[in-house]
Amino acid sequence: MATRIAGRTRRAAVAAMAAGCALVLAACGGDDSEGANVEVEENPEFPEGSTMAEFAEAGQIEIGVKFDQPGVGFMAPGADVPTGFDIEMGKIVAGALGIAPEDITWTETVSDNREPFLQQGTVDIVIASYSITEERRQVVGQTGPYYVTGQQILVREEDKETITGPEDLAQAKTCSVTGSTSLSNVVDDYGAEPVPFDTYSDCVTQLQNGSVDAVTTDGAILLGYAAQAPDELEVVGETFSEERYGIGYQKGDTEFCEFLNETIQASYEDGSWAEAFESTLGESGVETPEQPELDSCQ
Amino acid sequence: MYLSELTSRLADGFLVTLQLLGWSMLIATVLGTALAAMRVSPIPPLRALGVSYVNVFRNTPLVVLFLITVVGLPELNLLTGSFFWRAVTALSMYTAAFVCEVVRSGINTVQVGQAEAARSVGLTFTQTLRHVVLPQAFRNVIPPLASVYIALTKNTSVASAFGILDLTYQLSDLIEDFPGSLYWNFISIAACYILIVAVISGAAALFERRVGVSR
Repeated sequence: MATRIAGRTRRAAVAAMAAGCALVLAACGGDDSEGANVEVEENPEFPEGSTMAEFAEAGQIEIGVKFDQPGVGFMAPGADVPTGFDIEMGKIVAGALGIAPEDITWTETVSDNREPFLQQGTVDIVIASYSITEERRQVVGQTGPYYVTGQQILVREEDKETITGPEDLAQAKTCSVTGSTSLSNVVDDYGAEPVPFDTYSDCVTQLQNGSVDAVTTDGAILLGYAAQAPDELEVVGETFSEERYGIGYQKGDTEFCEFLNETIQASYEDGSWAEAFESTLGESGVETPEQPELDSCQ
Repeated sequence: MYLSELTSRLADGFLVTLQLLGWSMLIATVLGTALAAMRVSPIPPLRALGVSYVNVFRNTPLVVLFLITVVGLPELNLLTGSFFWRAVTALSMYTAAFVCEVVRSGINTVQVGQAEAARSVGLTFTQTLRHVVLPQAFRNVIPPLASVYIALTKNTSVASAFGILDLTYQLSDLIEDFPGSLYWNFISIAACYILIVAVISGAAALFERRVGVSR
């Protein structure tokens, strides 16, 4: 009995994945941005024994990214490499280490496993719409922010008059991804009725079939979905939280943190940051935001 | 701060998981018993219906059933109501197939002479089943029935990916908000599931001692 149940669960997982792929395929077909070209340093110099020197020496790096967020970190069905703003940031960091984009190993991280992956060294760094929080900084290193976004609301076109901001979400069924800060924000602060799903595309499906009233998460992600169904979906209201995306690294590696900050700062100045944004999130029509000021590496 | 958050979220999740479990258990048991009765009935179309149900629902992965009730049916304007009832539908349809087979195996352990005696004193098929065969059948299948309920307990966790705020959902939430207390998050959620399973096992053991058939 036990083995039979295990077998069924495994099959179930495969089926879920297949179904998930199908949903993603249906939702986001045909978006094939290649991203910007990234400069790769030749033989960069680093202090002996530093983390940077190790990566440069090895000539490769493993980066944990999201695979299910169009415009941020997204692996299209059948594609070999993911696309998105986080991916471009990863290429910029790798480039500064003298590592070419094709030598980067992209590993999918989901919201739940980002800290364990960093702690156990499964990935070298995490760039996965990774909001900087105090709790997370207790267990991993987070530098940045390289991008500041905020939570917004996605509703059906016909509801855009009735739901105009988070205040209208009281008692409204509001969908977001399991374990995301977005969901607790609207539940704790605005009394929304939470509906958790595994992926944002599942949430959008439930919004379109009328089962939920709103989908909430970082504005950038919602804009990507609204752009795919402009007649049906609408992003409403101002942003009502601040999500500061940072790069996760092994806790305590201050030297590496300084390097990451310098790299991000350099990308602000030479225009590669803006280029990365315009070729990914910028395509959904948002203006390139101001470059956020970086936290210092204590 | 962590402790109070932990206990209040555990309580929320525990309640939802219990509700899911309770309703699914009830519906699955009623439906499963009815299906078992169909499978042993003298009417061929009913037997065929029972067999088909078991073949379809026992062999469909639970997640696929969830996808059908949560994503598929609402597209056809069915089950558009709450996510809770969609989850209960998927869970009880699935579990009913297993309950049916367990009850049917129990019916098969009751000697044919019992049913024949009942029929000979004038009871109808339904009366025979209800008053003579099923009471004895259930007494024979307490351990496997408990296993089905325990499997159901664990299966309720699938609902966390389909809009339900059960224990497993609370676990993801806790991991997100308190990444520094991973062990405690996992251990306390596990303890809640163990508690439910222990109650089911305990109840099964008690029933087995009290009413189980000893030979």
